[in-house]
Amino acid sequence: MSSTLFQKVWDAHAVRRLPTGQTQLFIGLHLIHEVTTPQAFEMVRSRGATVPFPTRTFATVDHVVPTLDQSRPFADAQAEAMLATLERNCREFNIPLYDMATDQQGIVHVIGPELGLTQPGMTVTCGDSHTSTHGALGAVAFGIGTSQVRDVLASQCLAIDPLRVRRINVSGSLRAGIYAKDVILDIIRRLGVNGGVGYAYEYGGSVVDRMNMEERMTICNMSIEGGARVGYVNPDETTFNYLRGRPFVPLGSAFERARDWWMSIASDQDARYDDEVTIDGSTLEPTVTWGINPGQSVKINERIPSPDDSNPATSSSTAEALDFMGLRSGSYIKGTPIDVAFIGSCTNSRLSDLRDAASVVRGRGVAAHVKALVVPGSKAVRVAAEKEGLDQVFKAAGFEWRGAGCSMCLAMNPDRLEGRQLCASSSNRNFKGRQGSPTGRTLLMSPAMVAAAAIAGEVIDVREMLSAEEVGD
Amino acid sequence: MPSQIVQIEGTAIPLRGDNIDTDRIIPARYLKSITFDGLGDHVFADDRKYLPAHPFSSSIFHGASILLVNENFGTGSSREHAPRALERWGIRACIGQSFSEIFSGNSLMIGLPCARVTRDEIEFLMRSAEQEPKSRLVINVSDLTVQAPGRMVRIEMSEASRKSLLNGSWDATGLLLDHYDEVQAVARRLPYVRGF
Repeated sequence: MSSTLFQKVWDAHAVRRLPTGQTQLFIGLHLIHEVTTPQAFEMVRSRGATVPFPTRTFATVDHVVPTLDQSRPFADAQAEAMLATLERNCREFNIPLYDMATDQQGIVHVIGPELGLTQPGMTVTCGDSHTSTHGALGAVAFGIGTSQVRDVLASQCLAIDPLRVRRINVSGSLRAGIYAKDVILDIIRRLGVNGGVGYAYEYGGSVVDRMNMEERMTICNMSIEGGARVGYVNPDETTFNYLRGRPFVPLGSAFERARDWWMSIASDQDARYDDEVTIDGSTLEPTVTWGINPGQSVKINERIPSPDDSNPATSSSTAEALDFMGLRSGSYIKGTPIDVAFIGSCTNSRLSDLRDAASVVRGRGVAAHVKALVVPGSKAVRVAAEKEGLDQVFKAAGFEWRGAGCSMCLAMNPDRLEGRQLCASSSNRNFKGRQGSPTGRTLLMSPAMVAAAAIAGEVIDVREMLSAEEVGD
Repeated sequence: MPSQIVQIEGTAIPLRGDNIDTDRIIPARYLKSITFDGLGDHVFADDRKYLPAHPFSSSIFHGASILLVNENFGTGSSREHAPRALERWGIRACIGQSFSEIFSGNSLMIGLPCARVTRDEIEFLMRSAEQEPKSRLVINVSDLTVQAPGRMVRIEMSEASRKSLLNGSWDATGLLLDHYDEVQAVARRLPYVRGF
């Protein structure tokens, strides 16, 4: 045996080879939300099709929900119409829906793992590119468009080509103040924003082995920012311990049988990869983006590049990014004043992210000119954080404590930047206009780095705010 | 219902720049709708507002149906609204150095091919479109070529894309529902579907 998890999962779900040469692939878990599905349901209806596996699809609402006043009907009529449409569609096709009225509502990529819906060895799709998040559990998970959502609803299958697999080893160990976000930003910078096109990324090595599940989710989440539609980590004891006891996970002896199967689908020791890359985790530093794509980042003590010293193929992008961001080549990102601090999104809104941020914030205050908000990824995260008193830590410091949703990651709801505001953000995309203002600017970084920036009022090295004990001095 | 797509002919619109993402093609605020209607009016809405010389605002390229792009076009989100917005504006095919995987997949699902060419060739095609915007290109999906004025350029796309365009199976739902007993059989074999 010398197979990868990707190959094993693919083979287990392959129905047949289609006349085009593509594979008809069975989808084990289909997650849906309000934005990319109304047209898909309409196409299913207009073709007189049905949903043959309604219990393999689960719905929630996240992108357009407000995070301040979450009572229905929403003030925004378009957002209200999108929720009403999803509710009607789920009723008509008998699809379970975790809407605002339930305790399970939250960002689709937060609640899937949280409820135990996502399990190792599954194929998982959702009309959202950050579906790669679910690969943290050892699933093959990827984002699809609305016509493919239609296909999965109508047939529980997709017509698709297989991917090659690139193994990414993160060796050594992370120093204090370095987080999963720094790891993935570094990987994207090294391999490029399109380096992963045609690949699934398998993450491993001592750093990934030691990570908890939420850290692995952060890494897998941003695979797509490196061009890889799929990112995954082989299931191990950390995975099984995370899954045990979650609502949709089997119990007792069934759990033991599930565990055996989950272990069997992990990549073999001698698995052959199409490519292999090793990164020394011990060399990583807090990392911040300076540009308009997630590959344009620097370590905190590194200078912002100039169009001249980047490769000729990317120099026009560098010039365009510097111009848009209003940053100077050769200067440091450290010390850049911020206007907004956002802790949230499917990348970094889970309990451990909020704990990391709170440990920086505790006993300090947000700079007077900064608007700072914390948006838990799900209602369950919010409740768990409140139980630990994290909400009090944030509120005492001057952060707003919001309801669950996608919030300011993509500004399809009232949370958005204004004008040229500059936002320190724990989200995943720094594209022009991403956070709702066409001229708004985003600096991606870890939640702890966002917390530190909120307090300092400018980008700083979070290690300056961690206690000597925390940085291991 | 899907039809065969063998040849696409029309004038071209060059859009220079690498990594043009889906948020730029169609900003998220225009996704707050339960239909795809009207998306064509908002294609590149913010870029057009802040870059007055944007090709999509120029009357010179009005009526163009072949979009010419550089590296990693359509990077970012899975929103099918991006190719839908381009299609509603009038685009029938894209030619570029490279495309994001989800974008090119979504484009194929609506019968809009994304073909790859080298850096030199896209530069040649962009220049000819800029110099002679009324000159026509003919994309031939069957032999993977594009006929430009005075030059034939080879294009690349996956064999599956080529076949599904040529035989009209790019809308796959029908195909996926054939032999449905085989789907049921796979579901029965999967331990998590059957029950552990």
